[in-house]
Amino acid sequence: MKTKIHIDLLHDEYKRALIKEKRWVTIIQLSILVAFIVLWEISSRMYWIDPLIFSSPMKIWDLLVKDILDGTLLPHVYTTLFETILGFILGTALGTIMAAILWWSPFLSKVFDPYLVVLNSMPKVALGPILIVALGPTMTSIVTMGAIISVIITTIVVYTAFREVDPNYLKVLQTFGATRRQTFSEAILPSSFPVIISTLKVNVGLSWVGVIVGEFLVSKQGLGYLIIYGFQVFNFTLVLMALVIIAIFATIMYKGVEFLEGKLIKNR
Amino acid sequence: MGFLEVNDITHIYFSKKATTTALIDVNFTVEEGEFISLLGPSGCGKTTLLSIIAGLIEPTVGTISLENEQIRNNNKKIGYMLQQDYLFPWKTIEENILLGLKLTNQLNDETRKTTIALLEKMGLYNVENKYPAELSGGMRQRVALVRTLATNPKVLLLDEPFSALDFQTKLKLEDLVFNTLKQFGKTAILVTHDIGEAIAMSDRIYLFSNRPGTIVKEFIVPDELRILEPFHARNHPLYNERFQTIWEELNSLENENSHRSPARRI
Repeated sequence: MKTKIHIDLLHDEYKRALIKEKRWVTIIQLSILVAFIVLWEISSRMYWIDPLIFSSPMKIWDLLVKDILDGTLLPHVYTTLFETILGFILGTALGTIMAAILWWSPFLSKVFDPYLVVLNSMPKVALGPILIVALGPTMTSIVTMGAIISVIITTIVVYTAFREVDPNYLKVLQTFGATRRQTFSEAILPSSFPVIISTLKVNVGLSWVGVIVGEFLVSKQGLGYLIIYGFQVFNFTLVLMALVIIAIFATIMYKGVEFLEGKLIKNR
Repeated sequence: MGFLEVNDITHIYFSKKATTTALIDVNFTVEEGEFISLLGPSGCGKTTLLSIIAGLIEPTVGTISLENEQIRNNNKKIGYMLQQDYLFPWKTIEENILLGLKLTNQLNDETRKTTIALLEKMGLYNVENKYPAELSGGMRQRVALVRTLATNPKVLLLDEPFSALDFQTKLKLEDLVFNTLKQFGKTAILVTHDIGEAIAMSDRIYLFSNRPGTIVKEFIVPDELRILEPFHARNHPLYNERFQTIWEELNSLENENSHRSPARRI
């Protein structure tokens, strides 16, 4: 009985230490953010940094409020967000489908292996000008940029995951006479979900790169357009505001993927 | 003609650099309802042989026939149980045990009920909605047995199914598998390197030599041991006697091997 009480106490102490640590992490995280903003504001006002280039948090905030209120900001945000999400989904889905085709036919995978390596090492944004000429200066070419940047790496990573599935699971399915299609849907795909999810996390970042670069090159709307426009008219408050918005939405997308991860792979 | 016939099986693995003869001239016959053990050192091609019998691998030479029908590709009359349970971690226990029925298009209310009843027969209650990670090793191996039995195979191939378990669980599971197979009148082939397990569970034992694997000796387990459950068989005086005989035989095989290739010593 004596030990029992002792264990409970120790457990409470342990839990309290955990909570305390977590609280400290949050406090320090917030302090860094606040300190950064305050320091930025002060340095800008005191001309320690050039306010024309680095702007200041207050200016960015004022511009943000103004642009939201007069309704000029949101269309840009919607456009970019739509392009990014579409590019992200297309890139991941096409990459996974290509990985499935390669898994289906080992012969094809041998044939395409060197091409994948070449395509993967090539900087995809360099295709931008060609895409724009080929597909026209429209949203299509921007979404394509967002997708093309992640599709090859997704193919390679997911295909590797498909191949690394424990062959004994496949043996179990074979003893029941499973077809190749059944093998894929019962074992290969579900056991590769963790890898697919982690490529999703990488692809969130990649799609933003593709879309923003695409908008740099061609668009009349979107956050990438705002950045280029701000740069051309030397309005760096606008550039930084666009960056802050991108950071916020990229984080939200990343968190969305994490949520999906929790749903899909809870039982391992 | 026997129930299951293994005729002149030779299997060679090819790789770029070398060819490996895994099995050479393996011949044996199994009668319906018999329990056979294939005993031999690791790497003697026993698992290859099971894969061939299951129709997963095409042998280089030779044929397998079940009820006078040659086995090709994969045969639904044969169930296979692996060394570890290999339950799919993302499927519930129910989904796992119904997998074979689903894949062979035999899933209906009746087969579902029978299979879940089988789960309870194995002493597993209210686990249908759990995931494999929530079960102990012994429970998982029992679930794997249910999964194998669910499609009602005529022959069961057991590839060291107890070797990954702790000793106590292993003894209990041996009894359970033995009784279940006897009750359903299943024919079984057990691959093992555990002499005691082979004697306690089987009707006949085939001793395999190492590389290339082939049958060097057949032991018939005396009736007194055959009728006993594995756990009780292990306590029978005849058990030790048999154990000694097989042990010596295995040793002499190993000595022969080490004369041939001094590098391999244990």
